[in-house]
Amino acid sequence: MNFSYLTRRALVTIPLLLGVSLILFFVLHLAPGGPTDVYADNPSVSPAALENLKRELGLDQPLPLQYVRWLAAFARGEWGFSIRSGQPVLETALERVVPTLFLGGTSFVLALLLAIPLGIFSALKRYSATDYVFTFVSFLGISMPIFWLALMLQALFAVNLRWLPSAGLETIGDGGFLDRLRHLILPASILAVANIASWGRFVRSSMLDVLGLDYIRTARAKGLSERLVTYRHGFRNALIPVVTIIALDFAGILSGAVITETIFAWPGMGRLFIEAMNGRDYPVLMALLMIGSVALVFTNLLTDLVYSLIDPRIRYE
Amino acid sequence: MNNPTLEFKSSKPRDESFLARAVRRFRKHRLAQFGLVMLMVLGLAAIFAPIISSYTFDGQDSALLGQPTAPNFKHLLGTDQLGRDNFTRILHGARVSLLVGLSSALIATFLGTLIGALAGFYGAWVDSVLMRFTDVVLSIPILPLVIALSGFLRPSLPLLVLIIGGLGWMGTARLVRSQFLSLRNTDYVEASKALGGSNSRIMFRHILPNAIGPIVVSTTLAVGGAIILESALSFFGLGVQPPTPTWGNLLTGSSDFLETAPWLAAFPGLFILITVLSVNFLGDGLRDALDPRL
Repeated sequence: MNFSYLTRRALVTIPLLLGVSLILFFVLHLAPGGPTDVYADNPSVSPAALENLKRELGLDQPLPLQYVRWLAAFARGEWGFSIRSGQPVLETALERVVPTLFLGGTSFVLALLLAIPLGIFSALKRYSATDYVFTFVSFLGISMPIFWLALMLQALFAVNLRWLPSAGLETIGDGGFLDRLRHLILPASILAVANIASWGRFVRSSMLDVLGLDYIRTARAKGLSERLVTYRHGFRNALIPVVTIIALDFAGILSGAVITETIFAWPGMGRLFIEAMNGRDYPVLMALLMIGSVALVFTNLLTDLVYSLIDPRIRYE
Repeated sequence: MNNPTLEFKSSKPRDESFLARAVRRFRKHRLAQFGLVMLMVLGLAAIFAPIISSYTFDGQDSALLGQPTAPNFKHLLGTDQLGRDNFTRILHGARVSLLVGLSSALIATFLGTLIGALAGFYGAWVDSVLMRFTDVVLSIPILPLVIALSGFLRPSLPLLVLIIGGLGWMGTARLVRSQFLSLRNTDYVEASKALGGSNSRIMFRHILPNAIGPIVVSTTLAVGGAIILESALSFFGLGVQPPTPTWGNLLTGSSDFLETAPWLAAFPGLFILITVLSVNFLGDGLRDALDPRL
C-alpha cells in the first residue's frame, strides 16, 4: 500500500462531500414550502411574528449566504438545533444512530451468515435442483417490494399468530434482552432479504469464476482434498470481489432503513428523517443526509483499502 | 461437473446476424421468456382495463359499503371498504405503475447515455467534469432524497417520473462512458472521421449502436427498480395520490384491514412482485442474449 495514494484518495473525499452538501442544501431549501408554513394559517401568529421567526432561523438571508454559514458551522461540528424540537441536532442524531446501527448491523450479519454459505453451496452444486431453486428464490428476493413483505409478515406473525410484536424497539415497561430480540426479528429479517439474495448470487458467480481457473485444476491435480480446494483455493479468492459489493451495501443499509424503520416504528435515523421531513426541519435533514453521504464515501474509501490488503495482486500507484 | 468438456464454437453459423443470434440465445432462457410473456399480458391487461372489467376503479357498490368483502365470482379479488372492485383497481393501478416504471427508466437511460457518451467521447475536461459530477451524485443517499423531494413537492405524475428518472442515471452514465472509451479509437470510428463525419454522427450513428446491448439490459432492470420505488413512495402517501389507484397506494388503504381482510393487501403487492420479477428475468435473459463476448 502506497502512502501517498492513500492520502490522495482520502483528500478526494473533501471536494466530493462539498459537492454533495451543495446539491443537498440547495435542493432542500429551494423546494417550495418551509419550516414556518405550519404557522401560516394560524390566526394568532401575525405576519410580523412570522417574519421574526424567519429572521431568527436565518431563513431571510440569501440562500448562498445561508449555505456558507451552514457549511462553516457544520464543519466545526456545530450542527445547530432542530427547528421542530429545539434539541441540538448532533445529540438527536447520535441518539437515533444507535437503534439504526443495531438494526442494520443485525441484518448485515444475518445476511452475511446466510448469503455466503448459500452462494457457495449453489455454486458447488451448479445446475442441480438446489441451484435452480436458489437462483429462483434469489430472484424473488431481489424483486421483492420489501414494504409489502413487511406488511405481509406483520399480518402473519404479529396479527394472526401473535408470535412477534408488530412494531417498536421494545415493549414499554419491559425492554429486557428477550423482548428486544423479539422486536428485532421481523425488521432485521426484512432488511436482510434483498442483501441475502443479491450477495448470494454474487458469491455464486464469483465462486464459479474462480473454480474454472487453472490454479484450481492444479490444486486438484496435485491431489488436494476437494474440501481444501474449495475453501482454501476457491473460496478465499472468490471472496475478493464479494467484499467490495458487501462493503458498498453496508452504507446503503444506513440510508435504506428509512422504509423498514417507518413500517416497524423503529426509532432510528430513518424514522427521524421522515419526522424531520414533515416539519421541514432543515438542520436535521441536512445532518442525516450528510451522515448517509459520509457513510457512502468512507465505505467506498475503506473498500479500496481493504481490497488491496486482501488481494496482493492489486497495487495502487 | 469436474471433467472439463471441450466446446467448439464453430458449430454456430458465422454469418448469423446480431439480431438472429440474440433471439436464438434469448429462446434458451426459459425464465426470460416467462417474464416477457407475463409483462405482455400485464401490459395488455393495463391497456384494456376498462374492457376487461365491467366495473370502474372508483365505482362503489353501496350494498357493500363499510367492510371489505372476500374474493367471489362477482368480485374476483373482493372489494374494499368503500365497495370498490379490487380487481378493477389493481388493473388500473397497473396502468400507472407500468407507465411510471417504463418512463422513469427511459429518462434515466436518456440522461445516463447522454452524459456517458459526452464524457467518453470527448474525454479531457469534459470527462473530468461530468464524471466528478456523477461521483458526487453517487455519494448522495438517493432513497432518502427521493422521499424528501416527493414529500416536499407533492409531485404530479410527470414530476414523479422526473424525480425517479432524474436520480437514477448514474450507473448508465458510467456504463456508457466505458463503452465509448473502448470504442472511440476503433478503425470504423477513424474511418468515419476521415470521411468527415460530424462528432454527433460518430457518437450516435457509429459508437452508440455498438454499445446498445448493455444499455438495453440496464434500462430493463431500471424499470423494475422504478416500479418498486414508485410503489414505495405511493405506499407512504408521497407518490401518486388517491383517488388514482396505483399498486402502492392500494396497499396503503388496505393495511388497516390486515386482520380482517388480508387479501386486500396481498394482491397489489403480489402484482408488484410478479411484475418486477418478470422484468428482472427479462433483463437477465437480455444480458445473455446481447452479450457480445459470449
